[in-house]
Amino acid sequence: MLDNWMFIGLLVIVAVALPTLPIVVARILAPRKPNAQKMETYECGMETVGETWVQFKMQYYVYALVFLVFDVEIIFLYPWAVSFDQMPLLGVIAGVLFIFLLGDGLVYAWRKGALEWK
Amino acid sequence: MNYDPIAIFAEWLRELLTSWNLSDDFATVILKLIGAVVVAGLALGIFILQTWLERKVAGRMQDRFGPNRVGPFGLLQPIADALKMVTKEDTTPESADKVSYNIAPVMAVFAVLMIWGVVPYSSTWVGTDLDVGVLYIGAVGSFGVLAVLMAGWSSNNKYALLGAFRGVAQLISYEVPLLLSLVIPVFLARSMNLNEIIGKQGDVGWFIVFAPLAFVIFFISNLAEIGRTPFDLLEAESEIVAGYHVEYSGMKFGLFQAGEFAHSFASAALISILFFGGWQPAASPWLGAVVFFAKTTFFYFVIMWIRLTLPRIRIDHMMAMNWKFIVPLNIILLMTVPLLDYFVKDLGATRMYAHFGLNMVLLIGAIVVAGRAIKKSEPDRVRFPERAVAVPPKEETEEVAA
Repeated sequence: MLDNWMFIGLLVIVAVALPTLPIVVARILAPRKPNAQKMETYECGMETVGETWVQFKMQYYVYALVFLVFDVEIIFLYPWAVSFDQMPLLGVIAGVLFIFLLGDGLVYAWRKGALEWK
Repeated sequence: MNYDPIAIFAEWLRELLTSWNLSDDFATVILKLIGAVVVAGLALGIFILQTWLERKVAGRMQDRFGPNRVGPFGLLQPIADALKMVTKEDTTPESADKVSYNIAPVMAVFAVLMIWGVVPYSSTWVGTDLDVGVLYIGAVGSFGVLAVLMAGWSSNNKYALLGAFRGVAQLISYEVPLLLSLVIPVFLARSMNLNEIIGKQGDVGWFIVFAPLAFVIFFISNLAEIGRTPFDLLEAESEIVAGYHVEYSGMKFGLFQAGEFAHSFASAALISILFFGGWQPAASPWLGAVVFFAKTTFFYFVIMWIRLTLPRIRIDHMMAMNWKFIVPLNIILLMTVPLLDYFVKDLGATRMYAHFGLNMVLLIGAIVVAGRAIKKSEPDRVRFPERAVAVPPKEETEEVAA
């Protein structure tokens, strides 16, 4: 078991090293002649106007909140699904009720208008 | 009969290392490290082939030849591309946030390479046989979102930021049905271990028959997670220049490309594992790997096909389809499947028919209900005004004849 996680740990190192390698190679091989014009923000070819790092749309935040609720609760479904064979009918109903409450939360968000893209 | 070259090689290497007076633990670390390099290297090697395949298929579908100058059938094109990428000047805008600007492309590839760590190529060829494989895939898959957000935010560029925000909204939205539909194969196999899921499919039949609806949902949400054409809102070039990677050039841009390509192949691999039996029915390791890659390449081809066929969908449609159609449908599916399975789980073939029937009823029902709802609301369909239409002049030949 621990061997398995050691592999994951080693894979983390390799998966960071492999994509870093071409960047380092490019740094050695590629020409570097920076000038003021080149180092400007490209955007769409025009000169940039105004600040970029501003708050601009609440909608994304609302979606992120709805997502968070779901993502946290889905995790609980996996152990339930795995141990299904050892479960009495009550356990099955409890799990289904849990999913129903998940759907209920979605209906609430829907009725509140959180899912409308404005 | 089950000749396993990798096992024989690993055994030989372990003996060699221990004969050099290295401890057994150290030999294990070395072997695992080689395994990790092979797994990650294979994913990147496939990416190099993919760039050729993708351009060739795209060419054929658009009635062109595709690359055919460099080497036979243009096979050396990826190498030429890589050389070009590496020798291109790589600019970082002055105003960018340097740290996350440079980490983002690495992160994009990292997220995909980690998925390959648990993908079983065949019964014994697997990076590592984690018992929580499916959960692990869900966990490392989320790094991709982080890469998009980091790239878009750090570029200090309005289009990149817009692309990143769209991308994050899309990726996290479709992660919900992705994870929800992943519960179904886990539930049917009663295991999160990918190899056990495949083994179970050998016993009872492929899960595509048990869960066609879960497959459809999983496939669509995977398309969205990859961020390719029907769902390429995060880099919609006709709207926001190139989305979150406008500012990237040279090799760093290449890494984003690598991340996208490798992700689509990994998605195809997951589809073939979870719903089409992975390396089944071949039991021998090397034959299993051939079967697995054949299935995966087929699904990768389907993904390419969809990319080259469909136009981009609008952002509000994309979000509405997820939250108002796919997620509720998936929740209903998750509520009914366990209830049904509790009563039919020991019935053999009947269980299969029952599951298939339930899925089909839900799928058809959902399409009918959604179709009616769309017809009833239609708030944003453009109604063209009635206008004069050119009518051909009345035929006068008959009158003349009369």
